[in-house]
Amino acid sequence: MNPKKDLLGIEDLTSKEISQYLDQADKFLEVLERPIPIVPALRGKTILTLFFEPSTRTQISFSIAAKRLSADVVSFATATSSVKKGETLLDTARNIEAMKVDGVVVRHPASGAAKFLADRLEAFVINAGDGTHEHPTQALLDIMTMRRYFGHLKDLSILIVGDITHSRVARSNIFGLKALGLNVAICAPVTLIPIGIEKLGVEVFYNLDDIIGSFDVVMVLRIQLERQEVGLFPSVREYRNLYGLTMERMKKMKPRSVIMHPGPINRGLEIDPEVADSPKSLILEQVKNGVAMRMAILFIHAGGKIE
Amino acid sequence: MRITHEIVEKNKGTKGLSLIGIKRRGDFIARRIAEKVRESEGKRLPMGALDITLYRDDLQLVAEMPIIEETDITFDINDKIVILVDDVLFTGRTVRAAIEEILDFGRPRLIQLAVLIDRGHRELPIQADYVGKKIQTAKNEIVDVYIKEFDGEDRVVIHKMGKKTILDKEKMRIKIAKEQRPQIKQLTITDDV
Repeated sequence: MNPKKDLLGIEDLTSKEISQYLDQADKFLEVLERPIPIVPALRGKTILTLFFEPSTRTQISFSIAAKRLSADVVSFATATSSVKKGETLLDTARNIEAMKVDGVVVRHPASGAAKFLADRLEAFVINAGDGTHEHPTQALLDIMTMRRYFGHLKDLSILIVGDITHSRVARSNIFGLKALGLNVAICAPVTLIPIGIEKLGVEVFYNLDDIIGSFDVVMVLRIQLERQEVGLFPSVREYRNLYGLTMERMKKMKPRSVIMHPGPINRGLEIDPEVADSPKSLILEQVKNGVAMRMAILFIHAGGKIE
Repeated sequence: MRITHEIVEKNKGTKGLSLIGIKRRGDFIARRIAEKVRESEGKRLPMGALDITLYRDDLQLVAEMPIIEETDITFDINDKIVILVDDVLFTGRTVRAAIEEILDFGRPRLIQLAVLIDRGHRELPIQADYVGKKIQTAKNEIVDVYIKEFDGEDRVVIHKMGKKTILDKEKMRIKIAKEQRPQIKQLTITDDV
């Protein structure tokens, strides 16, 4: 199977394509265990990481993944969110084209920015998060982590807790998990649940204590404090009391269930420190798998010839 | 048995010997050699398997997305004699990639190459130390080896692009027989491993 030029969102992928990323990523984990964890697969390729939003994990993860494949990595990061979409991004695109890079990994505060670049570039584009739209590589590594932990994905039920409205991680995960036929539910205060979300086939709950005991995976989202100026919930403390993953709530979870979080975590807010560090938490496993998944993604999009 | 005997003879025993098969079929041939060594010498050799996709020099030329398989070398290859095993030796580029990958795992004392079929048309200065059968082929012909453990039967097929010729094989002894169609050759592989 030949991949599309770009990876812009999970919404565009079939379950077969998702499985291909998962299968390949599993294989790349082995490369990371080698005495010399570098293979020459992408020698001579140049990957540009273009981050218009702050990020540590994702950008480093992509850089390490590209280097493990012997690609050259050029990083461009700007913490300023004053980059105007449209004009400036178009200029950026023209510059990238002129510099002849092979692939671009882009994060941008505007939804659709990755597609904007993809439509104008010959280079392949990997969306590393665009506004509140999608974060496909995170969802793929999350699903990979679930599959590796349980050994399969059959009949798993996943609960996503937190700010669904502003979360591209939640959207990408919902698209992916639903495409694979899994049972997905969300739980949050009503102000953090986007209107019409049921249309994606997810169940909506408001009371975490009632339902936390019936899921295999509880995925906790970061509360984006930078978005709380508008007051979507009364206080951080109230949020923690009602939706925070505390030790007490963790004890109500199913025996073999696990906790995931895309990071960075706000310890003591959406997740308590002892919960994040407990054996039930797969948070660091997600980070480890993330490098293998991004190797698979870069290899799939840069390796084979696309016809 | 012939290849197995030659390996043991040339290396004066099994000391320091190890086998690494190139996926996917070389992997199974390596296992058969290991089995024969165990039968005749009573010695279990360290085994590994190599997927060379990430070391290929033609990634940009292949139309179909290559699927990566796992490389599995769990023993220490430093100072070992590594017998690299593949089904068909053709341009030598696969072997080149395999050698490069092995060297990233350590520094073997010696690497030798064993192949079931040498079909000629080398593009690199690479030769096999152990050959099951040398066969004459045209460059545009395709040689497919089928292995029972993987394909359900032992068979070598030589065919022109598009036109398929079937060669029977039993238990790995190589014999060549011409079939009704002129370009069709039949190989029987019995004890040559």
